[in-house]
Amino acid sequence: MTILIGLLSGILFGLGLSIADMINPHKIINFLDIVGDWDPSLAFVMIGALIPSAIAFYWIRKRNAPLLDSQFHTSNLKHIDRPLMLGSATFGVGWGISGFCPGPAVTGLSFFNPEALVMVISIYLGFIVQKFIVKKLSP
Amino acid sequence: MTSFTPYSALLGGGIIATSVIILLLFNGRTAGISGIMHELLPPHYTHYGWRIAFLLGLVLGGFVFQLFSDDYAPPRQDSPLWLIGLGGFLVGIGSRYGSGCTSGHGVCGLASFSKRSLFATLTFMGFGGLSVFVIKHIIG
Repeated sequence: MTILIGLLSGILFGLGLSIADMINPHKIINFLDIVGDWDPSLAFVMIGALIPSAIAFYWIRKRNAPLLDSQFHTSNLKHIDRPLMLGSATFGVGWGISGFCPGPAVTGLSFFNPEALVMVISIYLGFIVQKFIVKKLSP
Repeated sequence: MTSFTPYSALLGGGIIATSVIILLLFNGRTAGISGIMHELLPPHYTHYGWRIAFLLGLVLGGFVFQLFSDDYAPPRQDSPLWLIGLGGFLVGIGSRYGSGCTSGHGVCGLASFSKRSLFATLTFMGFGGLSVFVIKHIIG
C-alpha cells in the first residue's frame, strides 16, 4: 500500500511540474534572472504548493503517526550549520547553471530530453562523490 | 524569454501540494526528491519500494501530461551537455551536503515552517541567481 501511495504521489508531483512548465529550464533560469526578463512563475508554483501543504501539514503533525506507518520519518534537524550553508550554495550554483533541479530532471525523462538524462546521471555522480568527500573529511 | 504564467503555475503548485500531503499523511515521508533518489544507493537496504514507485511516478506524471497536451516538447536549455553535466554534478553534491533540494526544503520544509529549510531555500535561490547573473550578464 505504501508503494501505491508512493506511485500516486510521484505521478501527481510529475504532473504538477509539467502543468506548471517547471520542466522547462528556461522558466527556471528566467526566474533566477531577476535583472533580465524576470519570469516569476516559479514563485507562484511555490505559493500554490505551500498554502495547502502548510495547512495540511499542521493538521497531519497533530497525529501520532501517519496512516500507514507507526511513525513519521521527517527531519528533526534544527540548527543551521556549515553543511547546510555550503550544500545549499553549491546546489544553487548547479541549479543556475543547468536550469534543472532533481524533480524536473526525473520528470524530464518522460519527454525524452537528453539534458534530463545527463542531469539524472550527473546528480548520481555528485551523490557518490559527496559520499566520498564526507567520508574523507569526517573523523 | 518565457512569459509569466500565473494560473498554470498555481494549478501545478496545487497538484504538487496534494502529492506532498498524501505522502506525509499516508507514508509519513517527506517528498524530497534528491533524498528519495539518494536513498536508492547503498547502504539504504530497506524501504526501496515506495521510493522506486515515487520516481517511476514522476516520469509517469510527465507522460500523463503529454496525453492531454498535443505535441508539447519542453524547450531545451541548449547549453553544451558538459555544462549541464557540471550543473547536475553540483546539484547532486549540494543537495546531499545541504540535506535537500527544491522539493524537500523549498516545499516540504517551508510548509513545516522549518528555519533550516527557509535558510536553505534563500541560499540556493541567491546562489542560483548569482550563477545565472554571471553566465548571462557577465560571461554573456
